[in-house]
Order: sequence, then C-alpha cells, then structure tokens
Amino acid sequence: MTKVTMNNDNRSIWVFGDYRNYFQNRVTLQLLARARELAPRIGAAVCAVIFGNHVDEYIREYIAHGAQTVYVCDHPRLKTYAVETFTTLTARLVMRYEPEIFLIGATDFGREFAPRAAKRLKTGLTADCVGLDINETGLLVQTAPSFGGNLIARIITPEARPQMATVRPGTFPERPHDDQATGQVIAIPFPEDIPCDRVRLVHSERKPPREQRIEDARIVICGGRGMGSRTKFKKLFEMARLMGAEVGATRPVVYSRWAEHDSLVGQAGKHVHPQVLFSFGVSGAIQHTAAIHDADLIIAVNKNPHAAIMKMADVAIVADASQFCSALIRELRKRIRE
Amino acid sequence: MLKLLVCIKQVPMVTELPWDAATGSLKRYMAEGMMNPACKHALEAAVQIKSLYGAHITVLSMGPPAAEEVLREALAMGADRGVLLTDPRMAGADTLITSHTLAMAIRKQCPDFDLILCGSCTSDSETAQVGPQIAEALDIAGAAYAAHIAIEGRTVQVQRECDDFLETLEMEMPALVTIATTGHHPRYASLPGLQNAFECGDIAVLDADAIGLEPGTSGMKASPTRILDVYTPTAGKTNVILKGAAPKMAQTLFERFGDRLSGAMAKDLKTHEHDDFHDESDDE
Repeated sequence: MTKVTMNNDNRSIWVFGDYRNYFQNRVTLQLLARARELAPRIGAAVCAVIFGNHVDEYIREYIAHGAQTVYVCDHPRLKTYAVETFTTLTARLVMRYEPEIFLIGATDFGREFAPRAAKRLKTGLTADCVGLDINETGLLVQTAPSFGGNLIARIITPEARPQMATVRPGTFPERPHDDQATGQVIAIPFPEDIPCDRVRLVHSERKPPREQRIEDARIVICGGRGMGSRTKFKKLFEMARLMGAEVGATRPVVYSRWAEHDSLVGQAGKHVHPQVLFSFGVSGAIQHTAAIHDADLIIAVNKNPHAAIMKMADVAIVADASQFCSALIRELRKRIRE
Repeated sequence: MLKLLVCIKQVPMVTELPWDAATGSLKRYMAEGMMNPACKHALEAAVQIKSLYGAHITVLSMGPPAAEEVLREALAMGADRGVLLTDPRMAGADTLITSHTLAMAIRKQCPDFDLILCGSCTSDSETAQVGPQIAEALDIAGAAYAAHIAIEGRTVQVQRECDDFLETLEMEMPALVTIATTGHHPRYASLPGLQNAFECGDIAVLDADAIGLEPGTSGMKASPTRILDVYTPTAGKTNVILKGAAPKMAQTLFERFGDRLSGAMAKDLKTHEHDDFHDESDDE
C-alpha cells in the first residue's frame, strides 16, 4: 500500500473532471467547491484533472469554479471516455504527484472508473458519498449510505493514499462562477505507450429526453398497488396534471402495467429528489424507499399506519389511497387560483 | 464450450431488516439471507447464454457458511458448479480486498474462464466496485451496467445505459461484465431443481489456504478503509400523523403544508378556506 508521504509540502486534493453531459452534470464543480472548503484544513491546493480532446472550455470553467491547478491531458485518443485508458493515465499521474485526496463524481462513468483506479493504486474507495469532512487528525471522513439509505456509515482511509471517494451529484453546492479567478494549467503529454482500450465503443447515442424528467420534477406522486386498480391509479395522473407533477410507480404497479416501465421509482429505476413527494398506497419496500430518501417533504397515504413508508414520511395520512386521492383532487380544484 | 463464472453474494432480505433501535444498527445475524437481486440477474444472463450457445457455469461466492444456500439456489437456476469461499480470515474485507480474494479464487478454481458476470451492485453496501475491481485484478476487459449481452465468436457485445447515453460496447474474451437489473428477468428455481441442488449439487467449500491467500492479505485487517461508525438517518424525524375523514384530512394538509405545496407547484394556492383567515400553525 502507498504510505503517507509526510514530507510532501505540495499537498493537494484532486477532483476528476467529468465533463460529459455538462451543463446538466455539475458534480465536478460541486466537488471543486467542497474541496476548496476542506483544503485549508490540511494545507492543500485544489487541482482538477481532465482527460479529453479540445477541453479548453472545461479548463476555464474549472478554474472559474475553484480549481487552483488543472492537469490536462488533451489528445485525439481521449476523444471519448474510455475506462482503461483513463485508469492508466490516472494511476501514472497519481503516483507522480501523490495527491492526499482524490474525489470523483458518482456518475455512472465515475462509478465504473473510480474502482479500477483505486484498485490499480491499491487504495481504498468509498462509494457514492453524501458527505465529506476532515477530522482532527487531518483524515478525510467519507459519509456513505448503504441498505438503500437506511444506514449511513462514516469511513476513513487511515494509511493508503490517495483517500478516494465517489460523491453523489447534488451533495454540495458549487461556487459562483468567478471570471477573475486564475489557475495554473499543467499540460500532460499523452504517453504513446498506453495500449488501446480493450473495450471498444461501437455506438453511442443520447437517450431521447422526456418532456419533464421525473428526476428533475419538483413534485413527484408515487403510486403503489394500494391504489386498488388500474382505473383508480389513473387519478394520480389527474392530480399530477393539476400540480404540474410527475407520476412514479413501484415495481408491482409496473408489472401490472398500470404505468410505464420508465416511471419506475426504485433501486432498479429512477432516483428522485423532489421538494414534495406524495406516496399513495405504497408499503415502503426498501428497494423503493431507497430512491425517494432525498425528497424534502414526504406525504404518505396508506390504510396501514404501520407500513414502512409511514415511518419515513413527514406526514403520514391513514386512509384508503384512492379515496384520499379523490378528496385531494377536489380540494386542489377549489384552491388553485386561475 | 464457453466457460462462464458468475459471482454472487448473499445479502440480508432487505424488506424485513431487523433494526436494533437502541444502537441504530442492523442485526445482521437475525436477517434472513437471499441472493442479491443484481447477482440473480447476472446468473440469469449466464443461464440464457448457456441455453443459446452452450456453456458451463461456475458460481462463486464469498461469505459465511450459510451463503452455501444461494449457491444451491444458483445450481437450481441452471449453474453447474458452486464454489464457496468461507473463512473467518476473509471476513470484514472492503472492496479492494474482496476483489483480491475473488480474483485469487478465480485464478485457482477457474483459470480458463471466458466470461465473468457479476451483478452491477449489491443491495447492502451498494458500492458497485467489486466487479470492476475483479476485472482490474485479472487484467481483463470489463464493462459495467449491461442491460443486454450477446456473444459472437470470441467477441462480447454489451448494450448499456451510462449517464444519459445508450452505448454499445465490444470486447474480446476473456472479459468481465456487470449486469444491471433492467434487461433480464430471473427465472424461479423449480422445486425439483432446488431439491436436486440441495441433495447432490456440486459445491466446493474453500478456505484462505486453499486459494493461496498469503497471511495478512485478506479480511478487515488488510483493507485500506475503516468504518468509524454507522447510524440510521431517519432517527429523530418529526412525523405528523393524520387520521379521520378524507375530505377533512385533505383540507388539513393544505392548511398546514399549503405554503410548501404552492412553492413546489409554483402556483398561488388558497391555503385557507377563507383567504383573510390567518393561521399560526407552521410546517413542523
């Protein structure tokens, strides 16, 4: 294992520049912001590292959002994301510059790339963190959920370096864009001895966008089998229309074809983080609740006051889901000012 | 014939997780085990490959002795042989060390594999790290989150969703693919199949010595990460309970939470029956 290098006075925190899907994907900027907050506590500088082709605009963006140094490897071979090549480049740079901490956004790519980089470097990696801090001994405390968010663990990497974590997008706010910010740019030549990726990307297309993505909705209405029937389930769509909300469904509902598969909210489906989440006739199996934990306000309706969903709800309404839905729609119609 | 290896993990049956309310921790010893859902999808993918192209399937698991059950279930679903790694010296390993242990076992028990399949993620620790790290340990091509997988000659083709992109990837075997829970619908193990698997299934039970693990390279001690503490995030949540007639509760909901609803809806709502009526109650 790589030991701590105590005599290193160029301590640094690295953030992986995950620029695909920018502007939607802002996790790199969020990590730069958090890194800048943590860095003074261990006397470190904040660096971004970016692999790609024609990435100058991202370099400027990262500096404007807090990167003090940007390591950039710009080469036609890096035109598309490639997990093996990125791993090899990362491992070489990390061994050369020895950052204390290396943070990666928990995007799909980040969560495939980071474990390989950590393995190559023989260091620890904490997955999908929802919190990062520095403790009194200067170690990175990585807060990570497990069991679908029902348990939270705080994890440290005492000796191996760098301390690595993937971090859930949206965990930290980004810094305001600062046009005046300056930073050092260090160009890394592409090492020609790097073998071609054994995995070939033969086709890639952007997923067709939905009109409003349920992941972005400010109100999500989730329905379960407790709605009673396909016909009664349709009331949720009426309620959604009135509220400008999106409808999500549990797995049994999708299996019964009361709703489309792409409305599945759960570990195998969409994760949502609305301001308000309504839950109608959902029992609260962990595979579902794992995906709704981030809602600011959960209003659950269930006949059974002891259902798991009722315990995690901010407001637990003991009622028949379908009947209450009808009452709520009537009340909404009365109250919406046109 | 293709040699497939599927890594599976036994996880606690999560819908009925027993919590210790006092310590906020999971009574793992009380939880009933089941095959991790994504691992089941990986096994289903392997069984489908077997029926299409012909293959021999080895299932590999690391865990307590009780994890033998999920290996037997895997045999009943169509796997040919099970290998269980069980040893107190392997316990408490993080993903770096788990992937090392599994890779050592693969080298020892199934060195001529063509394709390794893993679930993309476990339902307990949810790291999604072990699959990619096994690929790294064995220095083979690897791809995560496969929804569909096809084999032509020595080429594996994978379709997957990755960060809002639909991607098609190709690689030559030997390779490792982690399977998402979208493209495959795991079959149920038949009762006669289960009975057969429990009576005469081929399961090898191995310890650290049998797979050549050096002392100090396994388990919690060798793991670079340390868990400081574990807690439940929901503890201390304020919980408002409404009971009674539906229309009355709908009214109450708007009276108490109308501000937040109208904020989220970006619409002006009459939060009270009479507009000029002022109510002091707030959200909590």
